[in-house]
Amino acid sequence: MKYGYYPGCSLERNAIAYHESAMAVAPLLGIEFKELEDWNCCGATEYISLYALPAYALMGRNLALAAQQQLNRMVAPCSACFINLAKTDKYMADDPRLARLVNEALAAGGLHYKPGSVRVRHLFQVIVEDVGFEAVAARVVKPLYNLRVAPYYGCLIVRPTLQQLFDDPEYPTSLDRLLRVLGAKVVDFPVKTHCCGGHMTQISEETALELIRRLLKNAADYQADMIVTLCPMCQLNLDGYQEEVNKRFGTHYRLPVLYFTQLMGLAFGLPPNVLGFGKEFIDPTPALAKIGAEPPAPEKREHPSKEALPMPAMPRQDGGKP
Amino acid sequence: MSTAPLSRKPQARIGVYVCHCGSNIAGVVDVKEVARWAGHELADEGVVIARDYQFMCSNLGQELIEADIKEQGLTRVVVAACSPHLHEATFRHACQRAGLNPYLCEMVSIREQVSWVHTDREQATAKAKALIAGGVERVAWHEPLEPLIVPINPTTLVVGGGIAGIQAALEIADSGYPVILVEREPSIGGHMAQFDKTFPTLDCAACILTPKMVAVGSHPNITLLTYSEVERVDGYVGSFQVTIRKKARYVNTETCTGCGLCIEKCPVRVVDEVFEAGLGYRKAIYRPFPQAVPKYPVIDTVHCTYFQRGKCKACQIFCPTQPKSINFEQKDELIQVEVGNIILATGYDLFDCRRIPQYGYGRLANVYTSLEFERLCNAAGPTGGEVVLRDGVTRPKTVGIIHCVGSRDSKYNSYCSVICCMQSLKFAHLVKERTGAEVYNFYIDMRTPFKDYDEFYQKVLAEGVHFVRGRVAEVTDAARHPGEEGKIIIQVEDTLIGRQRRIPVDMVILSAALEPRRDAQEVAHKFGIACSTNGWFIEKHPKLDPVATMTEGIFIAGCAQGPKDIPATVAQGAAAAARVIGRIHQTHLALEPVRASVIAERCSGCRICNNLCPFNAISFREDLGVTEINPALCQGCGTCVAACPAGAITGTQFSNEQVFAQIEGLLMLDFSGKPVRRLEPLAAAEPAFF
Repeated sequence: MKYGYYPGCSLERNAIAYHESAMAVAPLLGIEFKELEDWNCCGATEYISLYALPAYALMGRNLALAAQQQLNRMVAPCSACFINLAKTDKYMADDPRLARLVNEALAAGGLHYKPGSVRVRHLFQVIVEDVGFEAVAARVVKPLYNLRVAPYYGCLIVRPTLQQLFDDPEYPTSLDRLLRVLGAKVVDFPVKTHCCGGHMTQISEETALELIRRLLKNAADYQADMIVTLCPMCQLNLDGYQEEVNKRFGTHYRLPVLYFTQLMGLAFGLPPNVLGFGKEFIDPTPALAKIGAEPPAPEKREHPSKEALPMPAMPRQDGGKP
Repeated sequence: MSTAPLSRKPQARIGVYVCHCGSNIAGVVDVKEVARWAGHELADEGVVIARDYQFMCSNLGQELIEADIKEQGLTRVVVAACSPHLHEATFRHACQRAGLNPYLCEMVSIREQVSWVHTDREQATAKAKALIAGGVERVAWHEPLEPLIVPINPTTLVVGGGIAGIQAALEIADSGYPVILVEREPSIGGHMAQFDKTFPTLDCAACILTPKMVAVGSHPNITLLTYSEVERVDGYVGSFQVTIRKKARYVNTETCTGCGLCIEKCPVRVVDEVFEAGLGYRKAIYRPFPQAVPKYPVIDTVHCTYFQRGKCKACQIFCPTQPKSINFEQKDELIQVEVGNIILATGYDLFDCRRIPQYGYGRLANVYTSLEFERLCNAAGPTGGEVVLRDGVTRPKTVGIIHCVGSRDSKYNSYCSVICCMQSLKFAHLVKERTGAEVYNFYIDMRTPFKDYDEFYQKVLAEGVHFVRGRVAEVTDAARHPGEEGKIIIQVEDTLIGRQRRIPVDMVILSAALEPRRDAQEVAHKFGIACSTNGWFIEKHPKLDPVATMTEGIFIAGCAQGPKDIPATVAQGAAAAARVIGRIHQTHLALEPVRASVIAERCSGCRICNNLCPFNAISFREDLGVTEINPALCQGCGTCVAACPAGAITGTQFSNEQVFAQIEGLLMLDFSGKPVRRLEPLAAAEPAFF
């Protein structure tokens, strides 16, 4: 399966671990990437809030280039890049006036974009939809037995306004399922779609640190060994500001924050050095040392007391055998 | 019944009557001009008299028509007034009184189709003229028809043994007519039997329901078929043939005394997902609840050790009757019954709260559904009526009740489930009464209409229950602040103070929506009725005919028609019974002769029409190789007439001649009311395919 690849600025800098692990894992899943030539910034979250039209034009340029280079199936690994590109395409399709204005701007560079001609998806979405859990399961050689993970989706990837909805916007479970396929023990993580603070770290640190604290506290409350993310912004905030949170609130969190591609790589038996390890603020080594060679003994079902009432039956949640 | 093709337009003396309907029609349409025009311009088409009148439907208006029929020798009548749904019967009767066959009268709707939907007087007047011209052309082709008289079997089938079905069955049985009551579950009682108290009077549900259940069980006029389902319905109003599957109970009801020893000795305990709503257990051989009617248990073969592994038979071994009442060899039985009318009272399903994962049901132990809470409160329930957390012992100190879960939400059901506000108030009162806990109600709007309901709301307010207006965002155990640890936190925007609030509680009750039964569509198809877009059975008229359906002889009652509380359900059960009793009293029924029929010589036997009939009126005669339409079952919808590729099906009152003539009439005028070139008469008798 061939895809156009839009790395975005973070995959070249702070999230290079995400880029490296994605590149290492992709061939094993039959994914081939071709990087979009001459791509530019997606505008992140700020530009669109300040100057909407130039922001759409900025993203429109990437879409126009993708169409020109015949990369009609684009992958963006960063949630912000993904949402900006997908949103621009949809809004241009829904609003002919916006499409006309954006194309007026693009014409200055000899470009034109016809809405709907490029489909942009998040890397995680492509793995769920195109590769599938079974194909992932088939690649697992070193299951992540005994590792307790908190699946963190962030606020962007399952937003309901886009037509490409692939999971429940309020309580998604596809990352839970992927991690279970890798052999990890997934904890319930009720704040899985709550905000990581985004760029609030630069504007109102107090606000951002409180948001980050809530996420760390919840993962720790559920005794997760680590948080697994699929967005560079989330990773940066939770990892890079964890010490700051500890200082501010007198807490002692040491929760590594890794990309789902890094855990896929480990489960696929790839060496850590090709998966971008070593760039984290919180050292994941102690957590990763917990990975056992043997599957954990089946959890003893606590014998309910005589008085206890039965719990409602829930659908089975395992996504194939590792 | 079949319309022999006519080729030449019949001669007729037609009277045209244009109604003012006060200003309803006359305010937009120039009715005097319309009548004048019809009298002059349509004289060649057979119109001998055309009048306008203030209210044609009044006695005086009707008498006008009757006098003209007699004095002018009219042979056809066209009334241009409201929709035929309202006054067609009125004018047909007027014709009949004057000695004219009622089916020689045609109504033209110039109110619903003209004056109420147009504002331009000139164009509206032109359209009224065109519609009347269509009616005049058409009525010439009308034929005198006689209604079909069918006898009515006095036995009634009631499907569903909840309170609606129970009420309907008792009303009919008490008036002396036989009833067959079919219930899917092992006992009658329905959802009401699961409840603890009923709002607003707080009387115990079982105390008021069980006398009725006992009455059903012992009534000489009621044949009770529990653990049974309707498999097939044939026939038509007055004489339906119904096939009922009586599922094997594996208990011989002739000898069983209902002593319950088999239940006591059964070693298999399973979660009871139906009667106990998943909150309690039952055995593999069970009776849903102590007051079950009938008293006989059933074996759940999916969980029974004998049926799964071939040994055990504890129930049979311990059965004290001679001969033993447990019969593992019992088979499903198919029973054929003949009935005249059918009442569907199949009830509702509770919304599956797992569909809103952010409310935590199934993940967070102490989130309950409304039905679970009913069982928790019930003295005969799993906790003996103790309001406790899922551990079975701890009393909650704070309880949150969330309204509209799955209702009034475009993602799930856009409708209001009607009962949730009052039910939540009842829960709040019961929690307070039993535990003294602080109670928070989270609502969008409080809806407490009907007798003594708002008084109950005021009472609960006075008891100190908190009310927060806002749709709950999430129910979570992710503690954020001190004081939230170990609690369930309800995150909500309090729209009265304009703030986000987090309210930690010990227990959450989700007032879940009422939904149509999962198989409502299938059941509707089986009985030849229809479901609304939301999935509820559709009544004949939402205001004036709420328990009848578009299919003659099929009535509906209770929540199957839409969400409603117990008083409304009982009223509908009784209303459906009254309609049926009225029918039975008539002994015979006159059916509208608007029917489709097959011209056998033209039918190729392609069977395209066979599965299209929404009323199951079409069958195929294998011996003759042609399709046949049952005239009593046919409702005259015309689907098969349009579908037949050979033009072999014709509809009375909708023959090709009539429809083509009407179209021709409509095309006499252009939109400004100017006459257009007369079209050559169409070769109406032969369809275009030939």
